Order: sequence, then C-alpha cells, then structure tokens
Amino acid sequence: MLWRNCVIMTSLSPPLSVIDQFEVEYAQTRKSARRVQIISTVIFAIVFYVTASIGGFFDMTEVTLDNGDRVSMWKIWAGLPRLGEYIYKTLPILRWDSLFADIGEWFWRWKVWLRLLIETILIAYMATILGVIGAFLLSFPASRNLTPNKWVFQLSRRYLEIIRTVPELVWALIFVFCFGVGPMAGVLAIGLHATGALGKLYSEVNENIDMRPVEGVKASGGNWFEQIRYGVVPQVIPNIISYTFLRFEINVRSSSIIGYVGAGGLGQEIREAMSLQEYTDLSALFIIILFTVGIIDFVSERLRHRIIGISGKG
Amino acid sequence: MLQISKIRKTFGELHAVNNVTLNIPSGQMVGVIGRSGAGKSTLLRLINRLADPTSGTISFDGTNVTELKGRDLRLWRASCAMIFQQFNLIERMDVLSNVLVGRIAHHDFVSSMLRQYTDEERALAIRALDRVGMVQQALQRAGTLSGGQQQRVAIAKALVQNPKILLADEPIASLDPANATRVMDSLRTINQNDGITVLVNLHTLDTARKYCDRIIAMRAGEVRFNGAAHELSNDLVRDIYGEAGLETGIDESVTSTSIEEASSSNDNQQIA
Repeated sequence: MLWRNCVIMTSLSPPLSVIDQFEVEYAQTRKSARRVQIISTVIFAIVFYVTASIGGFFDMTEVTLDNGDRVSMWKIWAGLPRLGEYIYKTLPILRWDSLFADIGEWFWRWKVWLRLLIETILIAYMATILGVIGAFLLSFPASRNLTPNKWVFQLSRRYLEIIRTVPELVWALIFVFCFGVGPMAGVLAIGLHATGALGKLYSEVNENIDMRPVEGVKASGGNWFEQIRYGVVPQVIPNIISYTFLRFEINVRSSSIIGYVGAGGLGQEIREAMSLQEYTDLSALFIIILFTVGIIDFVSERLRHRIIGISGKG
Repeated sequence: MLQISKIRKTFGELHAVNNVTLNIPSGQMVGVIGRSGAGKSTLLRLINRLADPTSGTISFDGTNVTELKGRDLRLWRASCAMIFQQFNLIERMDVLSNVLVGRIAHHDFVSSMLRQYTDEERALAIRALDRVGMVQQALQRAGTLSGGQQQRVAIAKALVQNPKILLADEPIASLDPANATRVMDSLRTINQNDGITVLVNLHTLDTARKYCDRIIAMRAGEVRFNGAAHELSNDLVRDIYGEAGLETGIDESVTSTSIEEASSSNDNQQIA
C-alpha cells in the first residue's frame, strides 16, 4: 500500500525539484551559519582587546638596559624577569656534602608547620561536613522539580546564592571579628561558602533525576519527606558523595590560605614569612601545601571514581 | 462503590477529562480503553489524587475523596494502589525495599526516614512477592530486573498497601506478550481472589475483552461507551478510535499483546 503511494507521488512531481529545493535551503543555512561565526569571532576579539587594555596589559614602562640606555617597553615584558628573580630568592641553598643539614635548615620550623598542617586539614574536614549538612538539607527545597512551593524555592535558592557569592576570605574576616583569631573562624567561613557551593551542585543533580520513582512513592501515600528519602536520595547519593570529595579537595586549598586573615591553618605562616621576607620559608610552605593537596586530590579522586561505579543502597 | 460525578480536568485549553460520571461497584474488573490522549491516564490519576480535578467530585463508600487533605489524602492514595506503565520503582533499591514502600503511609517520620519496618510488614511483603513469583529476586536491585519482573514487583508493592481499588495505568504497554499475559493474569487473580476493584487502562482491545467484566471507552475526555465487553460493536470501536485514515477496519490482532489469542482470533475477528 505504502509502496504504491510512493510510486504515484514520484510520478506526479518531477523528482529533481525537491532535491533542488533542498540544495538551495542547505546553501542558505550554510551561509547564515558562517555569517554568525564571523560576527561572533569579531565580537569576541574586540571584547578581549578592550578588557586587556583596561586590565593594563598594553601599559608601557621605562626600563634601563644593561648598557645604560633607557627604553620604553610593555609592562608585561619588563616585569616577567622579576618573577624568576622572586622564585630564585625563595630557593634554599642546598649543598651535596651537607644536604640533610641544609634541608633541616630549610624546614627549620617543621614542628610548627606540621601542627598547622594538621590544623589546616581538620579545618577543611569540619568545614566540608558542615557544608554537606547544610547543602544536603537545602538542596531539595532549592530544586525546581522538588520544591514544595515557590516561596521556599526562592528563599533557599537566594540563601545559597548569597553565602556562596561572598568569598571565603571575606567570611573569614567577619568571623575573626566575631569569634577572634583561630580555626573556628576558618571552619565557619569555609563551611558557609561550601554550603552555598555544594547546595548549588546538589540541587542541579536533583533537577536531573528521573521523577518516576518519586511519583511511585507519592502514589503509595508517601509525604514530601518520604518522596525525597525514597524517590530522590537513592538516585543522587553517588553524585553527592563525588561532589563532596571534590569540595574537600577545594576546602583543603582554601584552609591553607585562610590563616592569612587569622582564621587558622598554615596561612598565618605564609603571611609571616612574606612580611618578614623569609623567602626560603615561603618555598618550604609551598612544597608542604603542594604535597598535601596532591595526596588528598589523588586519594579522593580514586575514591570518587570508585563511588560513581558503586551501587548506592540509599 | 466508587462514584465519579461530573469530573472535569483541564490543562489550559485542553479538556483532558470532560464531565465524566461513572459508578463502579466494588469487586469489578474494569478496562478503560481509548486512543492516546483520550484522558484515560488523567482519569486514573484523578481517582488516586495524583491530579486534582478542576471540578466535580469523586467519592468512595460515602467519603468525598476530592476533599481529602494531608494524612487522610495519603491514606487514600495507599488504599487505591497505582501501577504505572514505566513501573516507577526505585531502581537503586532492592526489590524488598521497593515493596515495603507500600507501607509508607502508615509510618511515622523517623521510622520511614530510617527505613525501619516491622517483621510483620516484611512477612507481608515476602508473601506478596511470593504471589507474583518474585521471592527469589527479593534482595536484587530493582533496576537490574526485566520490565515484566519490575511490573510484578510493582504489583506486590500495590498488594502490601492493602488496597480497596487497584489502578493500573497501561500496565502492559512496555512489556512483551509473555510478560503482558503474566501481569494481566495477576491482576485478574487479585480481582477475583481478593475482591479488589481493578481499573486498568489498556490500549489493546482484545486484552480488555478477554480480562475485563466491563469496558469503559473514552474519546477526547468523554466516556463514549460503558458496558459489558460483548456489547462493544465495531461501529463503536470505529468511533472511539476515530480511524478516519484507515481503509480497512481495526484489526485487533495487530495491536494484540496476548500470546494465545493472537493466532486463533486472527480469522474470525478481521474486519474487512
């Protein structure tokens, strides 16, 4: 039946006209796509140029060369060698015949640093837990598909937005003012920021779930909490754990700098070394942080990949 | 007795269910047929209160269902269990946990959040799984089961709700003929042995004829036919499905999902 219809259709209308029409339309589509491409490239280039010049990238500066000539050159070229100079200053003197003694000298404050390193990790740990609790509870009302009503939705969304928009260092300054110098201010600052950041990620996970199990629970007489507990949580738990580990990595980095404003951890040593111009201390601290963050990243990444594959029991 | 009177549900301009009045005595097995978008699903969702009617009332044994709120509403939902085309199970939980969700309306906050169920409830769940032949898979994750098995788990979950009515929304539309037969047989057994009223949406006419005491046919949100299966004439079928584009009539064997009937009914039911 269908076959006969086809034959009739093709015999009635010249077969080429449809293809010709397609060719014309295809050429038009191609042409307009290319126009959009060119225009957007030009716009991006202009915006990039404008931001670079506002950012001072094209500023000139006077430089004295080795032979005493004064020349004018771009700041970025004039300044780059000084970066190497700075790094060079932070390098310790290590001699082969007294290597251990030199390293011992380099890490001379290792007892203080070790204590502060542990403090740094504990700040990150506790802040992550506070963040997970807050974000987990708020992520459900802050999900468009799960929220009980639009007021709760707006309220929880805006709250998460505000606490994540304020940088950790600003929260830390506020909390140091309230609770004094020490790790508690750091825990609260990072925890609050982590709540906002995780809440956003969790609620995005929630918005991508399959709603059929939720409906299944609702149809059996489950209330809102039960719909969340049974219909949503088992689906999102692997992603939630994965994002939590990722956040812990970020929090370790944050907590190692947050001492700069007196909120505990290694940051206070960085500040001291900078202000006292103890350049080799800076490189020692940098190496400590690099190693710690590296190890934590490595372990948590492996855990995350395992958890994504693991079956959640909810 | 389930009494639906002048119920209406509109989505914007669309009248999904338009002025439907039905009386369904307890213990009947009722098939609701009609083409896609005829309002069959909406009707079932209105009864279970997954959807709220725009106007009209539904009452069951004298209780006005449309006015229920909070805990009463949840208990009503539990007492008219719903089975879905896509099963709507919690795929990442095991089968037993899924069945126990059927007890959720009777739990307080703490015990349901901690998934604490009594031994009686677990025994009830296992017996229900036994009835649908799924005890062996009780500790398997629901997501690893085949479609037919998942639908049987969904039926077990419905059973532990101790329902007065069972609503099945296209329960066999995603299943192969063997599983479709098994699921429809379970629904009929539940209807006959437990005396539970069953309302089942179907899009295959012969399944409705075979299993249901009574057929309700819907088109464009309205009930066009309401009576015994044998009273459904070919003209009515044409009207319900509105087969303007078809040269021949509707061949029930084409849409059939049952095994035994498909070949034997071929000869005598072809409408040329």
